[in-house]
This record gives sequence, structure tokens and C-alpha cells, in this order.
Amino acid sequence: MLTPLGADVNSTWEGILAGRSGIRPIEHFDTEAFATKFAGLVPEFALEEYLSPKEARKMDLFVQYGMVAAIQAIRDSGLEMDKENGERIGAAIGSGIGGLTNIEENHQKLLESGPRKLSPFFVPSTIINMIAGNLAILFGLKGPNFATVTACTTGTHNIGFAAQQIQLGAADVMIAGGAEKGSTPLGMGGFAAARALSTRNDDPQAASRPWDRDRDGFVLSDGAGALVLEEYERAKARGARIYGELIGFGVSDDAYHMTAPSEDGAGAALSMGNAFRDAGVDPAEVGYVNAHATSTKVGDLIEIHAVKKIFGDHAHKLAMSSTKSMVGHLLGAAGAVEAIFTLLAMRDSVAPPTINLDNPDEGCDLDLVANQAQARTIDMALSNSFGFGGTNGSLLFRKV
Amino acid sequence: MSSIEERVQKIIVEQLGVKPEDVKSEASFVEDLGADSLDTVELVMALEEEFETEIPDEEAEKISTVQAAVDYIKAHS
Repeated sequence: MLTPLGADVNSTWEGILAGRSGIRPIEHFDTEAFATKFAGLVPEFALEEYLSPKEARKMDLFVQYGMVAAIQAIRDSGLEMDKENGERIGAAIGSGIGGLTNIEENHQKLLESGPRKLSPFFVPSTIINMIAGNLAILFGLKGPNFATVTACTTGTHNIGFAAQQIQLGAADVMIAGGAEKGSTPLGMGGFAAARALSTRNDDPQAASRPWDRDRDGFVLSDGAGALVLEEYERAKARGARIYGELIGFGVSDDAYHMTAPSEDGAGAALSMGNAFRDAGVDPAEVGYVNAHATSTKVGDLIEIHAVKKIFGDHAHKLAMSSTKSMVGHLLGAAGAVEAIFTLLAMRDSVAPPTINLDNPDEGCDLDLVANQAQARTIDMALSNSFGFGGTNGSLLFRKV
Repeated sequence: MSSIEERVQKIIVEQLGVKPEDVKSEASFVEDLGADSLDTVELVMALEEEFETEIPDEEAEKISTVQAAVDYIKAHS
């Protein structure tokens, strides 16, 4: 896991539980003309512990991030991969946007020096399935290999669809997740043009404030998350450290607007409902919901409506928080890092906080874990993601 | 000013991620230095930039060893 709070799971999780913000001013390009001058950036880390300089040079930053997260997950899993089992192991890691950094650099070269100056690695360094592709080469993974691309639901969908590969019998193990490096001039300018970003330039760490009445848009962040999904009996037999069981996966679409969610939250509710139907469990068993809530006016409210619709009275008993208040919105990586936060919340019996929630907006009357982590036994937890295109996904985990 | 040989060697080291001592004049980019077809395209582009020249594709295809690169630069600069 790479997030603005740390270059691995432990440092990020420590920051989350302490309620720290990882958001800071952008210094890697001149933001003078940009409406938003801050983002969630991955701190410096030792890339050479994961990739050789030669390998890394052929990867856009989002691919590097995805590779690092996946390699961390594989190392943590203790999984042994060899020629024998490689055909039963696959990878599903996506990105919302892909290689903006290299796209911008090569476009510049094209305009200044013509097509002969384009790098032969331009295409393979920027296309979205290259995290899964490079991972396969590095570890000899010959099973299903793909990248689902569904905007801000990418991470969640890759995990869900990867798990289905195991259910279908197409693989025993899948490495799944998402990665993003959207904090480039095109990324920052593009989301600002869509009026999606917070412009709280005088106080970046207070900018991501889901459900707070003074929220003014999301904070764009970089990073990556990856999980090792393994068929349960196989994992148990090899004595794997199991963080949780993925028991339900639901998807849906709003069929409403390109970027705005349907205001009644029907699409979000359908996604959650489908996850519960998939698992065959009662929503009242859920102790924690890691919300999609990005700190936008409409988006944050619809999720509250949808949660009330799905959980009924139980909505007021469970804890729901938005870890985006601390790490910002990692777009295509969001669902992956949030799935990890959800699993760790169960492991450590703690609901992570929603920071900057000083004045809950009208209608935001659930336990949103304002500003302070909460000790709480959590046996089942849900993680939601909703994206441009109206695409929704929900992952339901249970403690093992 | 470095010699052409030294400048070519430096580019190969950077582009292919190999050790300077492995860049012997008879070394083949693909067979000895681990390059693939995309690496060699990029290597030729780096040579073009360093020596401010343009290497036509049909000539670039013939540049498969360190010596061939040095010879081409010498003949065209």
C-alpha cells in the first residue's frame, strides 16, 4: 500500500488511527494558474527495494505504485510462486486514468520535436493493464490477467471481479487492487474544470471533510493498494495469515448522469443490497462501513440515504467513516486501500475516524466516527466505492 | 571532451542498466546486454540525441553491437 500517509500498510494505518492528514501543497509543478494547489502525494520511498532502475524506467509512476503495492502484498502473504502453481495465480489491478505523467511528457515531445521522438515505451508504460502485465512477468503469473477500469470504483471492482475468478475455478490466487498517479497538471486541471476539487488552498489538511457542512469538493490523491485473494481452504492449509474473508460483492450503476450520483442514492443502495444478497447475510451483522464519501456536496449525502435504506434502524448502530478525510481520494486506488483499512478495522477492533468533521451537515445523523478513532468489535464490515459513469461497487468482509 | 567510444558506452549503460565493464566493443545489445526490441529503439533515439544526428530506420536496424554504434557515429559526424 502506498498512500499520502505512508509508503506501506503499517505507517499508513498508524496515521489513520492517529487521525492525521496526508494532504500537502503540490511542489512538483507550478500550480500558479491552478484553482487547487494541493493534493495527497506519496512520500519518498526506496523504489529499488521493489524494482530495478531498468524496470522502473519503463513504467509510468502509476504502474510503479501498483507494482510496489502488489509486491508488498505478495511478500506479506508468504505466498510461494513457482512454475508449478503459476498457471493458477492471476492478477487484476486497475487504474482510473492511467499514465498521465508519461502521456503529458510524450505529448510535449510530439509537439516540440515530432513523432520520431516518442518513446517506444510510451504506450506500454501508460496503458492501464500494465501493472497486472508486469506483475505476471515478474512472478510468472499465468492465470487470469486483467484490469477493470471503472473510475473511482476501480479498486473495489478489481477485488470483486478477481474474487469471482477464484469462485469460477479459473484461479486459486489473485493479486487484486488499484493504482493512481493523477496529481499531474492534466489531472489537477481536469478535475478542477469539472468543479470536483476542493479549493481550500489556505488549509489543505482541512480540505477533505466528508459530511461536514463546509466541505467544498474532494482532494485528489496518489497511491496504490493491493490484496492477495486466495481460495479459503488453500490459504488455511498453508497456514496463511488471513486478514478476513470476502463474503459478498455487489455492483450496480446509477444510469443517471456522467459525473453526478443519482440524488436518491438508489444506485448506491442497489450495490450494497447486492453485496448482502451475494453473501446471504443480514445487514444488521455489520459493525463498520468504510464509506465512499469524498467530501462533495451531493455525493456524501446520497450515501447516507442509501445506508439508511439498506440498514434501516441498524444504520444508527453501526459506525461509518470516511478514511478519505485523511488520505484524500485515491480515485482508482481508493477502493483497494479502503478495503485494506476495512480489514484492519476488523483485525484491530477499531473504527477509523472521519477527521475535519466539525459540523455535520443536515441529515448526516449517523455515527460517522467524528475526529477520533473508536474502539469497537467489528465482525463484519462493508466498503463502498462509487465512480464517474454512475458505477458502484461494495465489498463485504467477515472476520475469520 | 569524452571520446565517441566513451559517450556511446555511457548511453548504453544508462539505457540498458548494464555495468560499464560489460559494454565491450563486440557486445551485442540483444544477446549480451539483455536488450529487447523496444530497448534498442530507445537506445538509437538516445544516440541520436547525444550526437545530434538522425539515424534512418534502415540504418538503425543494422546497429546491433557497441562497435556498430561507434562506427556509425564516426562515419556520420
